Amino acid sequence: MQNSTAGIVELRIPRRAEWVAVARLAIAAVANRLRFSIEEIEDVKLAVAEACTNCILQPDAGDQIEILCETKEDGLTVRVSSFRAAAPSLRAAEDAEGDAQVGALGIFLIRSLMDTVQYEAGRGRGTDLVMTKKVSE
Amino acid sequence: MDIKVNVREAPGHAYVVELSGEIDVYTSPKVKDAITELIDQGHYNLVIDLGKVRYIDSTGLGVLIGGLKRVREHGGSVNLVCTNPQIKKIFDITGLVKIFGIFDDEESAMKALV
Repeated sequence: MQNSTAGIVELRIPRRAEWVAVARLAIAAVANRLRFSIEEIEDVKLAVAEACTNCILQPDAGDQIEILCETKEDGLTVRVSSFRAAAPSLRAAEDAEGDAQVGALGIFLIRSLMDTVQYEAGRGRGTDLVMTKKVSE
Repeated sequence: MDIKVNVREAPGHAYVVELSGEIDVYTSPKVKDAITELIDQGHYNLVIDLGKVRYIDSTGLGVLIGGLKRVREHGGSVNLVCTNPQIKKIFDITGLVKIFGIFDDEESAMKALV
């Protein structure tokens, strides 16, 4: 039998608040297949949910969030992409200002819970958030 | 996935907001509404019981911070009841342990209000 922990899991959800719980449950199930502790699984779950929430709070983003998860024996990499359709409008930018505090707290949590976090230019669709977490020894 | 909110009056002009479930971007508006309603009615000493909360994210923290800011404007305070280690960890890493009074049980949280 080949290494059963290595693989790629892709999930696409509507960019709506009620779907974040689905992403959370899915990533917890994926993390559970690795040798993560319960606490580490909770960390990954919260970090991915925060990334999805961040997509939802973005003004003028598209209607989908894509979560691409690559698992290896020693950890996982998760890429969360939003499908931004156009530049934010003035009204959207004003709304975003109100959400900025929550957004900043979310990013702070992601950085605290994951081993590496970086933004990468999306494949022509906006900015992707890429984060990794290694299984602790 | 949902959040249950139960509000009840406690001795000493305080109110207890009991939350049960998961607080995230979808459910946090319901929590915000309950806290805002209490504050709008002039209740500024609150205990928010997170004892049955299994999960909280930044939007949930934002609601609690917003409530605390509003009651403090009126000389009130918000104490939390929290025993879940994962949730306590979130308060720890965000530094909110220094802003909120966090207690293991409702009695201690109530006593610390006055």
